[in-house]
Amino acid sequence: MPHGPASPRPAPDLRAGPRAAALLLTLVTGVLLALLSVATPASASGDGGEEENSNTVSGTLTNTATDGSPVPGVEMIVRDAAGEEFSDTTAEDGTWSIEVPGEGGLVEIELVIDSLPEGVELRQEDNVRELNLLPGQSLPVLFAIGPDNRDVETAWDRVPGLIYSGLLFGLIMAPAALGLSMVFGTTGLTNFAHGELVTFGALITYLSNTVLGMPFVLAAVVAVVVGMAFGWAQDAGLWRPLRRRGTGLIAMMIVSIGLQFFLRNMYQYFTKGRLLSYDEYLTPAGRDVGGLFVFTSRDLVIAVTSIVVLAAVLLALSRTRLGRATRAVSDNPALASATGIDVDRVISVVWILGSGLAALAGVFLGFQLGVTFQIGQLILLLLFAAVTVGGLGSVWGAVIGALLIGVLIDLSTLVVPADLKNAGALLLLIVILLVRPQGLLGRRERVG
Amino acid sequence: MDLITSPLYDAFTPTAISFVLAAIGLNIHFGYAGLLNFGQAAFAAVGAYGMGVAIASFNLPLVVAILVGLVAAVLLALVMGVPTLRLRADYLAIVTIAVAEILRLVFSTTFKEYFRARDGVSGFTGSFRSLNPLPDSMDTFLNFSRNDLWVMLVGWPLVGLILLFVWAIMRSPWGRVVKSIREDEDAVRSLGKNVYSYKMQALILGGVIGAVGGFVGAQGLASVQPDSYNLDFTFIAFTMLILGGAARVMSPVAGAVIFWALLSFLGELLTKLSSGDNPIIPPEFMTPDQVGNIRFAFVGLALMLLMIFRPQGLFGDKKEIALDAR
Repeated sequence: MPHGPASPRPAPDLRAGPRAAALLLTLVTGVLLALLSVATPASASGDGGEEENSNTVSGTLTNTATDGSPVPGVEMIVRDAAGEEFSDTTAEDGTWSIEVPGEGGLVEIELVIDSLPEGVELRQEDNVRELNLLPGQSLPVLFAIGPDNRDVETAWDRVPGLIYSGLLFGLIMAPAALGLSMVFGTTGLTNFAHGELVTFGALITYLSNTVLGMPFVLAAVVAVVVGMAFGWAQDAGLWRPLRRRGTGLIAMMIVSIGLQFFLRNMYQYFTKGRLLSYDEYLTPAGRDVGGLFVFTSRDLVIAVTSIVVLAAVLLALSRTRLGRATRAVSDNPALASATGIDVDRVISVVWILGSGLAALAGVFLGFQLGVTFQIGQLILLLLFAAVTVGGLGSVWGAVIGALLIGVLIDLSTLVVPADLKNAGALLLLIVILLVRPQGLLGRRERVG
Repeated sequence: MDLITSPLYDAFTPTAISFVLAAIGLNIHFGYAGLLNFGQAAFAAVGAYGMGVAIASFNLPLVVAILVGLVAAVLLALVMGVPTLRLRADYLAIVTIAVAEILRLVFSTTFKEYFRARDGVSGFTGSFRSLNPLPDSMDTFLNFSRNDLWVMLVGWPLVGLILLFVWAIMRSPWGRVVKSIREDEDAVRSLGKNVYSYKMQALILGGVIGAVGGFVGAQGLASVQPDSYNLDFTFIAFTMLILGGAARVMSPVAGAVIFWALLSFLGELLTKLSSGDNPIIPPEFMTPDQVGNIRFAFVGLALMLLMIFRPQGLFGDKKEIALDAR
């Protein structure tokens, strides 16, 4: 291999740094995820024998033509992915329920039309449905019978519910956005691998909860702590050596893209590309608030946790010594260093904190999106949008940006198809850059 | 197909040509002008969709359809460039990614009568294939089908022409200005050049070359699907460029061919090692289904290591890459 011009300083330790870094990083992820992949088939084969995971598909058939009276004696069939059939007949009160053993997956649900009583008809010709059944899920399926005489729901009726779900999503995203913004603020790195830190949180929670059988709350704490350790390892093993070598920010950004690519594919390798789910709190009961929106106790816990954590971090940043040091490093690393602040230590703390916050978002997103290797990919651009809209590097901006983006995404479903909802957030990102490039709360000097 | 022929085959397919062209476009953006375009997939997509829809839905002749694709690429460059080219480099990166993702969502969910959602546009290859001069009796040659050969027969000389053009334009006064923008924007501005305008021209030029890559890829696959143009497309093109060495005329081609050959070799090797009755790699570690993940994880790792230890790539010149454009 041809050597470049001799560097002025002997630098064997610097060259060894990143290599050791990569090794350390691979080790940390490797060990944790190997646990995941080794443990998963074991628990799956356990299921095969005892079939402890059972999923139910159920529903109630009522006929709107006769004021919602139940329709008994209708045959329902469920076919699982292996083609095995399970059936039930609706009872006197119109209810039916079918248990599907195994891990779930794609199932086909059929209402046998010939078994409908004389003169009773389905509203639409949709007597066969294909649905994805999560392990342990109890899935309600609705077949509408008789003419449609519901009160027609207007777009305005959906607004409170959408604002509610959007705020919740925003609150979940906010810690991750804050972490991204803090790392950017102190190091200038636009970290494309930040989404993978979020996925990491969800995967570790799954590993602790579903595979190792810890209670969910403990699993969530473990995920955040392990996520922090992962963040520390990333900084110590990869980013700090790169900063020491004087690697440019753009080069570091491309390194983070490589890391993102690497981690995402490793996650997919270890999870075998499946959609996984936690063991607990999968289908909490909903409570209706004045017909405006439905909330569940799980939502409440998520929202409160998120708010408390955000408040604690924001307070710590403005009140503690370390927080002030962090802001000083954000403003001007050279000056901060000259006043005696240990810049490397501050950055290390920011990485640990930012990764922990990302992992926390991952813990909650595991409910919303399912535990999948794709969480990071799905969330990364929304995080960028949130952080840019709020103002790159501004901590309050990240939080407010996340809430705004969350609400905007859900509200946009009023006018665009649901598949297109994330496009609205990205469009806002572009518009903001056009009219106020520093973001809502950013300072003008940052964009030049 | 075995360990040697398969990589050789994959390195020259129409798909490889489309990545080569995407990487040449990126070379103009990133290598010469220092613009961080992470939305190259969008340029290939508008090219492919522009051409495909113009023929499949509107029955336009091939030449007009290609013009539609090129105009779409120019418009896209304007949309990306206007809000961001005055801002810092990482803003362009984020906006280009955002635009690419919006376009992918639009192609996969709206105007289904034209874009055909996830099924993708097809039925547009007739007019190009009817020009195929190869004898009908020729079925396959070196495992390439007659249609693929025709696309390659047009595609590779096209790559050559474009490289010649890039070589010439980068030696011209225009090219010198673009390169000096990469080195020091303020210095160029103080010489009275309109930096914004030059950056925009570079963005358009590289984007149009990316769109040509979209044409070739679409003609090769005979279909245009939204998910072929996701973020990974751009990142792979970037890896190819950096592997070859940014800011060198030939490097995107060298990088892309070496990349495909290595990727294909790795895939074949891992598949061979992990399949069969008594695989060398036991199925607990890797099944043939997981080969794709492992080799793409290698791509990510390769990009990281290249960027850290050899940012100039295999053939680049370290002095030519000013990566710290803050």
